Amino acid sequence: MRLLIKGARVIDPAQGLDDGLDILLQNGKIVRIAPDIAPDNDDMRILSAENKIAAPGLIDMHTHLREPGREDKETILTGAKAAINGGFTSIACMANTAPVNDNQAVTDFILNQAQKAGLCRVYPIGSITKKLAGNILSEMAELKDAGVIAVSDDGFTIANADVMRRALEYASMLNLPVICHCEDAALSKDGVMHEGLMSTMLGLKCIPAQAEEIIVARDIALAELTGARIHIAHVSTAGSVALIRDAKLRGIQVTAEVTPHHFSLTDEAVSNFDTNTKVNPPLRTKSDVSALIEGLADGAIDVIASDHAPHTTAEKELEYNYAPFGMIGLETSLALTLTKLVHSGTLSLKSAIAKLTINPARILGLDKGTLKIGADADITIIDINKRITVDVACFRSKGKNSPFNKWEVQGIPVYTIVGGKIHPSGEIGTSNVLSF
Amino acid sequence: MSLHSKNFLEIRPLPVEDIELILATSESLKEVSSRDIKKVPTLRGKTIINLFYEASTRTRTSFEIAGKRMSADVINISASSSSVTKGESLKDTAKNLQALSPDIIVIRHPAPGAARQLARTLDCSIINAGDGAHEHPTQAMLDIMTIKEKKGYIKGLNVAIIGDITHSRVARSDIWALTKLGAKVTVVGPKTLIPPYIEKLGINVSYELAEIIPSADVIIMLRIQKERHRNGFFPSLREYSKLFGLNLTKLKSAKADLLIMHPGPVNRGIELDPEVADGPYSVILEQVSNGLAVRMSLMYLLLGGITI
Repeated sequence: MRLLIKGARVIDPAQGLDDGLDILLQNGKIVRIAPDIAPDNDDMRILSAENKIAAPGLIDMHTHLREPGREDKETILTGAKAAINGGFTSIACMANTAPVNDNQAVTDFILNQAQKAGLCRVYPIGSITKKLAGNILSEMAELKDAGVIAVSDDGFTIANADVMRRALEYASMLNLPVICHCEDAALSKDGVMHEGLMSTMLGLKCIPAQAEEIIVARDIALAELTGARIHIAHVSTAGSVALIRDAKLRGIQVTAEVTPHHFSLTDEAVSNFDTNTKVNPPLRTKSDVSALIEGLADGAIDVIASDHAPHTTAEKELEYNYAPFGMIGLETSLALTLTKLVHSGTLSLKSAIAKLTINPARILGLDKGTLKIGADADITIIDINKRITVDVACFRSKGKNSPFNKWEVQGIPVYTIVGGKIHPSGEIGTSNVLSF
Repeated sequence: MSLHSKNFLEIRPLPVEDIELILATSESLKEVSSRDIKKVPTLRGKTIINLFYEASTRTRTSFEIAGKRMSADVINISASSSSVTKGESLKDTAKNLQALSPDIIVIRHPAPGAARQLARTLDCSIINAGDGAHEHPTQAMLDIMTIKEKKGYIKGLNVAIIGDITHSRVARSDIWALTKLGAKVTVVGPKTLIPPYIEKLGINVSYELAEIIPSADVIIMLRIQKERHRNGFFPSLREYSKLFGLNLTKLKSAKADLLIMHPGPVNRGIELDPEVADGPYSVILEQVSNGLAVRMSLMYLLLGGITI
């Protein structure tokens, strides 16, 4: 059971590695990384990775797998297949299932289903409050025992600042990071898109940037008060980036993520009333996109996460006001990161990989995201030059709700290796050049 | 001469030559309604479905009469609130209607973009009769037809649109139509009901009605929904009326040939005093008559101007 990955450019930001190296895997672990490792006998399988990147297995710390409860949208199996196809070896799934992941039984169920799927690693996130209702704390210690790696009421802000304060204190006692969905629900009320010139033209109800920023500011203040670690989910505005950057300078334990759709699209995408552009937080303006990219480049933003949110086609065929929020992302995250950030020259490849590997691993306290000797053999092999026209029909996710259908992207995963097991990946569309 | 699109969805992307073609056709078709026998055979054998997801009397009736004067078969469907309540998507509803082979579907819907979404699925022509706060393009056409009829031209006129701009599809379509034709538009209303960045559409914003009356050539009053103050947009109807309602006293400084318009139905005593609604400046009923002509001409133009 040995696998030799030959000829790759190995990039491991955690170890500061960026070199042409071979990687030897044995029994699901990384046993050796060195230049020109010679195959020593017949039972060694060789994976040629010439002209490819070998990166630590990608980690998506923000997905919605919909199981239990909405298996028509996605199951843990189809979500895991989508993850593998998108180059992710580990995913963390949000608690807003039905029933909510606010107790051990649900956590156990998720982990069992993930094990049965047997594809990528699945890390459940528990809810902060019971039923995501924002009132009573979930039994976080039990959730942690069952395998929860963070807590979040994603989809909702805990409106009561006192409840949020106690949640932060309690979670920090257990060393569980708290992932914050920041939205002042009174201010975002009924809104379906960003408040700006575009919403004025379209007559759609709108959500001002400040609906997010008010709660980002509040949660940073509460992190300061309690000394807890918070992670801001799906940051979408320039103001939020500035608040987070400033909080980090003041030594507050805050980290943050940005989704590929928020750095790839603006509210102008809504102009055709395509419900695949309806997402919460909403697509913002050009200047917000610039600020998000700047935040990624200067470190204010630590992580790129998909906020993969599958919905059925029937739900998305409704009128813009009635269609649900959310878009899928597991299968396009890497491609969009490479296309929009790396190939455009705004983010180094090493930094992009860090935001998809070691950074989320550190935030979630996972012993993952690096290719050090002895680590699990979770590796993503990437062809950063391959051009693909995205076709949602190729996606493994049950959800087809992507605004990136028909986009041309450059850079895809080709193999997703989990615990030494090789899965082909990156089948997300049609190749634009003949491959040999 | 024909329109650039098989649908009539929005004024925003409409070329000026299409606006002018519709105006010219409307002006010539207006005469039909003054005949003894108010009917031409032009659209005989054509089917028009009025699909109304919102309560409407005047717009639906106007479309119905317009179709009938053109000899089309007109069917009215009042979908109670929305197909969503029955679990049917707009797309499914559309496909079902398609199976009935209509030539035009006229849709009124509370959700912005509904007409556009319907048009993406269907082969027949779609006329938007109002989609949420997005657009009400036939209203804009009848408004500019009325202005042009009374003033002879649009370019350079000072037009004020007064009231709840945020929730008004009429305001949006009027702004697009009037600015395309070179009018100088000012929107007036409480700051809470003026949507953000609207000045970027090339118009002015004012919160002071008295300030714009002396220079106005046309005032378009919007209906204020009586419930709005409950959502905190203004303190009371009383104060709203005091600040943004039109009465004869405020109109003392107005030009003698000022036109006052209203898409109806009028809240008498709130945005318009009865003396103003029925007074010499008012062209509200001409708007209604012109609406019929505009809708007749659109049906004619969308169906390729077939003559029998």
